Amino acid sequence: MTMQNVGRPTRPEGSAESTGFASLTGARGLVQDEPLIFELGGWTKTGVDLPDAEEPSDLAGLTRAGLPLPGLSEPEAMRHYVRLSQKNHAIDLALYPLGSCTMKHNPRLNEKAARMAGFADLHPLAPQSTTQGALALMDRLAHWLKTLTGMPAVALAPKAGAHGELCGLLCIKAAHEAAGQGHRRTVLVPTSAHGTNPATAAFVGYNVTEIAQTPDGRVDLADLEAKLGPDVAAIMVTNPNTCGLFERDILDISRLTHAAGAYFYCDGANFNAIVGRVRPGDLGVDAMHINLHKTFSTPHGGGGPGAGPVVLSEALAPFAPAPWVVSGPDGLKLVEEAVDEAASAFGRMSAFHGQMGMFVRAYAYMRSHGADGLRQVAEDAVLNANYIKASLSDVMTPAFPDGPCMHEALFDDAWLEGTGVTTLDFAKAMIDEGFHPMTMYFPLVVHGAMLIEPTETESKRELDRFCDALRALAAAAKDGDVARFKDAPHLAPMRRLDETLAARKPKLTWKDEVATS
Amino acid sequence: MRYLPLTPDDRTQMLAAIGAPDVDALFADVPKAARLAGPVDLPMHAGELEVERELSALSAMSRPAGAGPFFCGAGAYKHHVPATVDHIIQRSEFLTSYTPYQPEIAQGTLQVLFEFQTQVAALTGMDVANASMYDGSTATAEAVMMAQRVNRREKAILSGGLHPHYAATTQTIAHAEGMHIVRLPAAVDAEAAVIDAIDDTTACVVVQTPNVFGVVTDVTRIAEAAHAKGALLIVVTTEAVSFGLLKTPGEMGADIAVAEGQSIGNALNYGGPYVGLFAVRDKLVRQMPGRLCGETVDAEGRRGYVLTLSTREQHIRREKATSNICTNSGLCALAFTIHMTLLGGTGLTQLAKINHAKARELKAAVEGAGLEVLTPRFFNEIAVRTKGPAAALVERLVGRGIVAGVPYSRLDPHAGLDDVLLLCATETTTSDDIVALASALKAA
Repeated sequence: MTMQNVGRPTRPEGSAESTGFASLTGARGLVQDEPLIFELGGWTKTGVDLPDAEEPSDLAGLTRAGLPLPGLSEPEAMRHYVRLSQKNHAIDLALYPLGSCTMKHNPRLNEKAARMAGFADLHPLAPQSTTQGALALMDRLAHWLKTLTGMPAVALAPKAGAHGELCGLLCIKAAHEAAGQGHRRTVLVPTSAHGTNPATAAFVGYNVTEIAQTPDGRVDLADLEAKLGPDVAAIMVTNPNTCGLFERDILDISRLTHAAGAYFYCDGANFNAIVGRVRPGDLGVDAMHINLHKTFSTPHGGGGPGAGPVVLSEALAPFAPAPWVVSGPDGLKLVEEAVDEAASAFGRMSAFHGQMGMFVRAYAYMRSHGADGLRQVAEDAVLNANYIKASLSDVMTPAFPDGPCMHEALFDDAWLEGTGVTTLDFAKAMIDEGFHPMTMYFPLVVHGAMLIEPTETESKRELDRFCDALRALAAAAKDGDVARFKDAPHLAPMRRLDETLAARKPKLTWKDEVATS
Repeated sequence: MRYLPLTPDDRTQMLAAIGAPDVDALFADVPKAARLAGPVDLPMHAGELEVERELSALSAMSRPAGAGPFFCGAGAYKHHVPATVDHIIQRSEFLTSYTPYQPEIAQGTLQVLFEFQTQVAALTGMDVANASMYDGSTATAEAVMMAQRVNRREKAILSGGLHPHYAATTQTIAHAEGMHIVRLPAAVDAEAAVIDAIDDTTACVVVQTPNVFGVVTDVTRIAEAAHAKGALLIVVTTEAVSFGLLKTPGEMGADIAVAEGQSIGNALNYGGPYVGLFAVRDKLVRQMPGRLCGETVDAEGRRGYVLTLSTREQHIRREKATSNICTNSGLCALAFTIHMTLLGGTGLTQLAKINHAKARELKAAVEGAGLEVLTPRFFNEIAVRTKGPAAALVERLVGRGIVAGVPYSRLDPHAGLDDVLLLCATETTTSDDIVALASALKAA
């Protein structure tokens, strides 16, 4: 067996290549090996036709010597990136059950709308008299977000969920300081929280204290009560939480928090489970970010861009960051500076007005579903998750078997005990069956966690296909077919990658190894 | 509803499989007082035609940049983007995939990020770049906080030539994190004041070139002054096309280079989404915020790519992470990479020369119209002094179909620069546009 330099087997038994067939060139049918653009040889080439230009005689001493970057003609570039695209899994190919990430269908109407000239070809600093349509769209989006959440205000500026968390905590900090409560230094975060929650709280200078979890996967109310004191600025609770469960005691959580003089920040990553059925404003929430790329279907794009508007309670609204849209005698207007009506705004989150391209997509999605359709979205998301939980509970172990889950079904790895197969192995074997793995090892409070979020845009047929595949894999694991798992994936564009090597000797850019050796 | 595959029959069968009497039973954990009995007070669902009609009407209420003579820059730039770029970024495999947590089935996204990082490092003249940030302004704030992690100092000096919205963003975010931000007064030529402000307690200085007034500066002297006091130099660039022509941040001694990458591959989008570029010297890699893609091998020894050095990141380090950032600007970085690949170094250099030549034409025309140009050395933006408030002038010219630029007072109403107008020309600006502007300025 061939080993590579960190002692990993490089040619496991049962690999695709050991089936005996090899092409003459090493190619694998339609799966093309594709070099880096730096290896394709276009060092003087360009794929754009530009007119001639004068030399910049007035920039003597200020210009660069050269720009060593390759270019490709249009057909070469097209082929390069299309070949690369075919090495990706995507929601348009199959179920993509990443829990907490909400990989749902991305309607193409949204893409079309975002590309309309009045949104896409609009400069953020163009005179506001020329951008009334964009301001109207922001105003309408804000109205929908406020109505759906039952909250009086929204800051549209944050560019992603974590940026929204930062915005919400800065509002809370500003409100405490304005009330002479700036000495409050602690933020309480449940052990099951997303990593961004403690990271954001620490970023803003707060001490992070964890709240314990009950055996049924909820916030431990007694522990919360014990830790709420005059030093606590806020709690950050995800609801539905990262175990996929609704916090039953949510009204007590907010009551106790407010009684202690703290604010309730809700991580709205899972709002898709309750949209149209529950308004966070009715739960006592003071601030909540909304991941437009989760609940409202804007594309994940291989990792962003996202958008994270933050809805705010009456108490926090005055501290919201500029800019926002107001209605005036000359139409709509952006309030861009922290003066006059915006005197208590805590500052600015980014250069411009937020993720306009995402606002258009999210609004198109909301309008398409309407109040009735969005309610159905939550119902179907929850129904699909419970169907998966019910379909797999006899072969896998649900982390919280009693009662319904919300939009995601959480399993632990107890059922894999003694099989020699880990959560990671099981997930990698799902790739061979044509599915993206679920979220693994998160939340941290469940051993070997497997968090499955199907979303509402899966058909019953696809859910059945998925459950059949997982049942077959579970049976294989229990039958001792360990190689199927340990060496997985077998059929993906790449075999398992060595992440340790990548971190130990980081190679983060291409370098011309002939020239530098 | 067209986005929901379940039929009423499916729902009935699935509820039966679950053993729930109805869907309400699945929401049993929601306190009764918080359950909505029916839809909220918003319009009901609508067909594709109806929604498209509403959005088209909203779009038509604005005047796009391409509708006529247009001279706004100041952090966002109107450039031509090849049709190929928008086609590729709409491929399902790029558009509808997520963060490449499973590298075996995400090599497309990962290889693009590796190409992106290499391109950004070459453009900025730095050693390594990350997989992108939200935008240039938040990248600037992250750079300032990174400087504090490197040298454990708390004071950041922001040049008077830094875009005021970048300064405000940095002030908000880095101040929240406990840093002391010194923002120097707005100045067309900001170099001397920056050098004077550096002392032994300075974590970093932040300078922009070309700066918000369009001034191109060789920041080598600032780098020397900063390094002499143990401070880092952060160089900010809002117009990425300038990398095709100008001396790089790396050549001039920058420790961290950040930039707004919108100009390459991305539409104006009324301010977002954009793509922040972030590049550093090798020795600073482990203090970098954001995602990084690195090369490795798979179990068969074949070259592949993974997200790496994630022990800096929030999902591993939680409250001890280098940043709370959980995403990059993936699709915008893809657009950047494709456009940059089409251009190549040759094409970007040519594009940059065209931009500069257009700006020279603009400068001559504006001077011909009797206005004073304040920018001595420029790339594609100039600042001019207007007779009377620039904001009023811009509004008057809108009435004549011309968007004459960005009044400085829009960016910072307190600077006392109400009579300063920022203008930009790019390859999309025609000579007719410039002639129209000049004659309107004369008449105004």
